[in-house]
Amino acid sequence: MTSVKLYPPKPEKVYFFGTCLIDMFFPQAGLDGIRLLEREGIEVVFPDDQTCCGQPAYTSGYQDEARAVAEAQLGLFAEPWPIVVPSGSCGGMMRTHYPQLFAGTPRETEAREVASRIYELTEFLMHVCHIQLADKGRPEKVAMHTSCSARREMGLAETGPKLLAQLGHVELVEQERAAECCGFGGTFAVRHPEVSAAMVEDKTQAIEATGAEHFVTSDCGCLMNIAGRFEYQKKAVWGEHIASYLWRRTT
Amino acid sequence: MSVQIYTPEAFHRQAHDALGNPQIRRNFRKAMDGLMSKRRDVFSDWDLEALRELGANIRLRALAKLPDLLERLEANCQANGIQVHWAENGDEACRIIRELCEARAARAVIKGKSMVSEEMHLNQHLEAAGIEALESDLGEYLVQLNEQTPSHIIMPAIHLNTDEISEILHDKTGTERTRDVDYMTAAARAQLRERFMAADVGISGVNFAVAETGTLCLVENEGNGRMTTTVPPVHIAVTGIEKVVEHLRDVPPLYALLTRSATGQHVTTYFNMISSPRKPGEHDGPEEVHLVLVDNGRSNIYQDNELLDTLRCIRCGACMNHCPVYTRVGGHTYGTTYPGPIGKILMPHMLGLEATKDLPTASSLCGACGEVCPVKIPIPDLLVRLRREAVGEGRGNVPGAGVKRSRKELLAWKGWQWLATHPTVWRGSTMVAGKLRGLTPTKLGPWTEYRTAPKPAKASLHALVKAHQHKDGEGRS
Ligand code: SF4
Repeated sequence: MTSVKLYPPKPEKVYFFGTCLIDMFFPQAGLDGIRLLEREGIEVVFPDDQTCCGQPAYTSGYQDEARAVAEAQLGLFAEPWPIVVPSGSCGGMMRTHYPQLFAGTPRETEAREVASRIYELTEFLMHVCHIQLADKGRPEKVAMHTSCSARREMGLAETGPKLLAQLGHVELVEQERAAECCGFGGTFAVRHPEVSAAMVEDKTQAIEATGAEHFVTSDCGCLMNIAGRFEYQKKAVWGEHIASYLWRRTT
Repeated sequence: MSVQIYTPEAFHRQAHDALGNPQIRRNFRKAMDGLMSKRRDVFSDWDLEALRELGANIRLRALAKLPDLLERLEANCQANGIQVHWAENGDEACRIIRELCEARAARAVIKGKSMVSEEMHLNQHLEAAGIEALESDLGEYLVQLNEQTPSHIIMPAIHLNTDEISEILHDKTGTERTRDVDYMTAAARAQLRERFMAADVGISGVNFAVAETGTLCLVENEGNGRMTTTVPPVHIAVTGIEKVVEHLRDVPPLYALLTRSATGQHVTTYFNMISSPRKPGEHDGPEEVHLVLVDNGRSNIYQDNELLDTLRCIRCGACMNHCPVYTRVGGHTYGTTYPGPIGKILMPHMLGLEATKDLPTASSLCGACGEVCPVKIPIPDLLVRLRREAVGEGRGNVPGAGVKRSRKELLAWKGWQWLATHPTVWRGSTMVAGKLRGLTPTKLGPWTEYRTAPKPAKASLHALVKAHQHKDGEGRS
């Protein structure tokens, strides 16, 4: 899983897979991701027929339904361009689970091929675009929560913090137990609400204790969870997707 | 402290109680934090990934040859004078052990730590037959005094803090109330010593059973394992059939992984290799040694080439120590012999999915368990597989498969599938959701008991991208 990945040179075009959560609830994060890529001189193609990667059904055990939805996405990426996903969770689904999901089906080869072109946004900006960020914002502290799927499934614990480190006026503060899950876990938050609540409570306390007024994540599931908890408690700490933060600080 | 019975069926209620118990929360958090940092430190100068790869491969090779290795183990144990018994399930294993005890007219047995014996409720079985079974592992001893079950597979009494332990020892054995750990350890030790001398039979688990030599390896820190297996005239080792490894040389890497993953130790204080009963002319050691090999659902797991990975486990407990759910709810909440991530993937095979249906879903799939597992068991993938089995979309070979089959839920997913495979309708509905965002309910079931409800954005990403491209197009022309 943590095998060395060889990154291609910066391409002229990429596909952008926005994810359903961003589509519906956090579209600005998706748009900011697209603008960051465009600023690197890349043409971004957004297949209009994209919907959802299929993960919610997959992790709930509804594999047939997940496969049907995943199959509808497979055909959207006909050209051999990289596919950039602004989420470690959906990216992990497409990169690691599509091959399993389609194993033994007629579209297995295609699924493997698509999976091999999946990149998480911060990974792509860092390792393929070799982005150089010029910070234009005022000095501030920020905390980052890297999603468990970005961290463990995709092996990307470092990319977010390294991008933030390029922002000259930003001090990245690390919360206690930074690597621990925020308690979202998709349907987990609904099936085991009390356990999930205990987890997000600890996460918000840890972030608050850093003194940062602001936190960023690379996954909108975690964002919805952590920010939703802060908001519920009427705390001033607020969060956004790292793409929006990077875009905002550098324009 | 009153005796509480925990069951997997009551997972939700037990989780609720544990989460509301600050003592439990503190005890586990503190213990798990300590174990995690010890593990991190002890592996810091190792190529951990290479070692895990090696560990996984040793276990995979052993499992690939399992039937053959078990036969070799049996033959080589017998050649060494160890008597081998096979038990298809826990009841049969209990019966075998009881009969062995009865053959020696045993009244008292002393036990080393053995999760397999917990799995088959051996103590209760022996006690019903009038045979007293005393736990000799310090943690197990405390748990037994307190009429509880272990809350962790390596540290059975990890849910208790010093004050609680002092209270239990005072109540049950009349020691002084104290916070002096050395005093308490010494007191328990003295109590146990006496019992070792009087025991007719010693019962232990096995960490690795080596097929090529017929050797039983037992890893421990307290010396109670050595006492259990050498002082009484009869030693009965009981273990699951998956504990076999092929070669003696397979043991050092697994041992290195086990102790470091479990307690952050380079080595344990004791490492016992049991290869025969007392030989003529020898001055100590048991007259009889028995090995009871227990199946209890394992060969059914073995039939499935994905679930098979469950059997790689070397019972180090690292998955528990790193689990954000286990850390918060503690071991008893699971209501099963094996708690935490390994319990969630193993217990459904032993108890059936009817009883354990809430276990595979009690995970955010954060992957911390799979990341630390020394033999690289893909625990999150196995949890998803068991979820499939529970809702009836698996292969149907796990006991209780289909228990969560629900027309209502299936219909909901079918509806979602229809929407997500009809892009025009999808775009239409996100647009409508955006327009009606003012009507978004502020109560969304359990989600909004702790968080605010997310609101659909005014315009979806699809719409924003359209506007963005339109603007770009104008800019260019
Ligand atoms: S599943 Fe892995 S981490 Fe958990 S107890 Fe077994 S070997 Fe250890």
